[in-house]
Amino acid sequence: MDEEGSRRRFLKSVGALSAALPAAAAAQHAGHASAKSEKYMFLAPAEVTFLDAAVARLIPADELGPGAKEAGVTYFIDQQLFGGYGVMAKMYRQGPHAEGTPQQGYQSPLTPQEVYRAAIAEINAGCAKQYGKSYDQLAAAQQDEVLRALEEGKFPLEAVPARFFFNMLLENTIEGFFSDPIYGGNRGKIGWKLVGFPGVAAVYTHLVEKHGVPYDALPVSIADILEGKAALDEHGHPKHVLLVRKD
Amino acid sequence: MATKLKPVDAVVVGVGLSGSILAKELAEAGLHVVGLERGRWRDTDPDFAMPHAHDELRYVKRHELMQDLSRETITFRNNTNETALPMRSLGSFRPGEGVGGAAVHWGGLTWRFLPWDFETRSRTLARYGSDHWPAECTSQDWGVTYDELEPHFDRFEYLYGVSGKAGNIKGKIIPGGNPYEGPRAREYPNPALKTAYAGALFKEAAEKLGYKPFPTPSAANSQPYTNEYGATINGCVYCGYCQFFGCEMGAKASPQTAVLPNLMKQSRFELRTRANVVKVNLDSAKKRAVSVTYIDSRGREFEQPADLVLLTSYVFNNVRLMLLSGIGKPYDPAANSGVVGRNYAYQTPSGVTLFFEDKVFNQFMAAGGLGMTIDEFNGDNFDHAWLGFIGGGFFQAATSGSRPIEVRPVPRGTPRWGAEWKHAVAKYFNRSFPITIQGACQSYRTNYLDLDPAYRDAYGLPLLRMTFDRHENEHKMSVWITNKAAEIGKAIGPSKMTVSPRTEKYTIVPYQSTHNTGGAAMGAEPATSAVNKYLQSWDVPNVFVVGASAFPQNGGYNPTGTVGALTFHALQAIKTRYVKRPGPLA
Repeated sequence: MDEEGSRRRFLKSVGALSAALPAAAAAQHAGHASAKSEKYMFLAPAEVTFLDAAVARLIPADELGPGAKEAGVTYFIDQQLFGGYGVMAKMYRQGPHAEGTPQQGYQSPLTPQEVYRAAIAEINAGCAKQYGKSYDQLAAAQQDEVLRALEEGKFPLEAVPARFFFNMLLENTIEGFFSDPIYGGNRGKIGWKLVGFPGVAAVYTHLVEKHGVPYDALPVSIADILEGKAALDEHGHPKHVLLVRKD
Repeated sequence: MATKLKPVDAVVVGVGLSGSILAKELAEAGLHVVGLERGRWRDTDPDFAMPHAHDELRYVKRHELMQDLSRETITFRNNTNETALPMRSLGSFRPGEGVGGAAVHWGGLTWRFLPWDFETRSRTLARYGSDHWPAECTSQDWGVTYDELEPHFDRFEYLYGVSGKAGNIKGKIIPGGNPYEGPRAREYPNPALKTAYAGALFKEAAEKLGYKPFPTPSAANSQPYTNEYGATINGCVYCGYCQFFGCEMGAKASPQTAVLPNLMKQSRFELRTRANVVKVNLDSAKKRAVSVTYIDSRGREFEQPADLVLLTSYVFNNVRLMLLSGIGKPYDPAANSGVVGRNYAYQTPSGVTLFFEDKVFNQFMAAGGLGMTIDEFNGDNFDHAWLGFIGGGFFQAATSGSRPIEVRPVPRGTPRWGAEWKHAVAKYFNRSFPITIQGACQSYRTNYLDLDPAYRDAYGLPLLRMTFDRHENEHKMSVWITNKAAEIGKAIGPSKMTVSPRTEKYTIVPYQSTHNTGGAAMGAEPATSAVNKYLQSWDVPNVFVVGASAFPQNGGYNPTGTVGALTFHALQAIKTRYVKRPGPLA
């Protein structure tokens, strides 16, 4: 079977759900859907601006559909930083602190909250020095250049190693793009639609041996179920709605 | 000042896989048993209920079911020249916390170690000679053989309703099963799980290459099953939220589904949750445990006297409690003396990822332990004479649940972010699958556990310190067997394939496996083992230390089946011999 063809058919069939809209239109659509409801708890406006720009380069909007910015990843990061993750609620924080070896992992005395606050300020200051502009004002290619320099440790930061911040940002961006929309990211299930992941699982007992048959289901989120938008079986599994294939 | 409580017959420290079974059996045998669990009570309802049970961020990334490191962690270094630093966030492994322990979020693969695994040293020397033995390797015989453990493997598999296909019943090779396994008394209690597409392709290719593929034995029950404790485990629905999750269906065997319904009805058993045991108190001669001290959630300290103390927590806490309590002589790698903390080992996981242009796999329709395996390259199932290493691992085309935060393979060379990454993720999320290898890990003089000199837990007690790196033997093994897996991968015909042997310096950062082993190793000699073949402390015979902490080295399988067998093995010795006549059993 021509899988690229089937992917196109899939996208066509969910066009009304924005996955197949041109990037700009999709962005507008997603923004319209929920940007207004965002109430930031931790991030300052300049930090929101920075993150909107940075996550849009990490997972860009393109012909496949919206990217991390449109998926609400900045808001996801805000919510995570304000919650237990942001203050290392389940992490060991006692000193003494030492940088250690790469094999020894996270050793910063700073919490993720403090890491974001310090690193974003330093990166904007560095961009101002090098380009005369804050990060969000740079051209896309320059933004990528800055991200690559952080990734390779060539854009020095004082508060934490540049790679450390870059890896945290990339990890949180991927989390925000693919986690359940209940956390504020993956808006419109953009991430799940991109890869064909159905979200909250249905009963697959009768399907697991249907080898090689694409499973084009409308993804179901935890919120869909809590809001009564998905039909459920007796164990609380959603009954997935399969998309009609239009050849 | 500790409040001294009324004495009981036995105290179980850690109510997980081993602790729940021992508590149930001993209470039924007439002992008054108290179970002390540092975490909280958890059960299928409400803790693993839909729809929140299917939340990848919460369970996989924010570690809902796993140890709270803010209270207690370990420190880690690769070797004694480094300063150990605390594991501040969970990475390489994910120990559990709370009733059921890590057996709540385990993946369900339920193996019997090979007969060879229990006699690693003597069989290697007999077949290859001492020149073949890896430098500094302290792997040893367990003091117990596969044949002695067989009835206990059987009992555990029937308790947990394991789904699989026997390959060797009483010496007769059964087609469709694992011809390399030790002889078993009878078939598995439940038929094997269904076969996913990845497993079907792997099976076909492996058979063409002359191997004998078989379904991976799994504790995700293939059909509703009622065990000897009267507990009913449901049939798996292949939802794919298994490893790192609690099972909303009650279909994955665990203490919650297989044991607790019975245990909690035992009139001679009492469970105390949020009871953190900080010490086993010994008599003045240090030959007998008299009580354990624990701290509750209000900070109150209690002393619970008991005739019998069973340490049944995860590897790290079993060893740490021994060290904090002075049970057995701490291991000293410089002098090569002492036993507690000796023979810490891990796993050497590696694998091959196959990418396709024209096939979809729906790897999210999955179960823990859903897969097709070959065992040709495990243990000593192949000739190591010219290979320069010992050990191996099983290969499995795994369909254990693809969720996109953690499982989103892209071909090697793909950037980590940006448009090209996005295209690759979109294309291959559903057009790839892995062949995973659960590589063995030998024990070495330089790998051990002891108490950290600097870092403390929430009670001000020293953290456990891990000094560990894999040795050349593991790297050589991983390269060789991973290339063998790649041959099968190639025969399946992917458009691209990533081959990833494990050869780098051990790092505690990326997740690898929650298969930590050893530190309270079992054996026939008190000079080289902390516990005897019945998992009884050589030095303090009314203390038994039960769990993977007893493995002298780790085999090329997931450890839980063998932990279950050791639990029943220890239980039999306690019930039939120790209770009647307390004292050393070996």
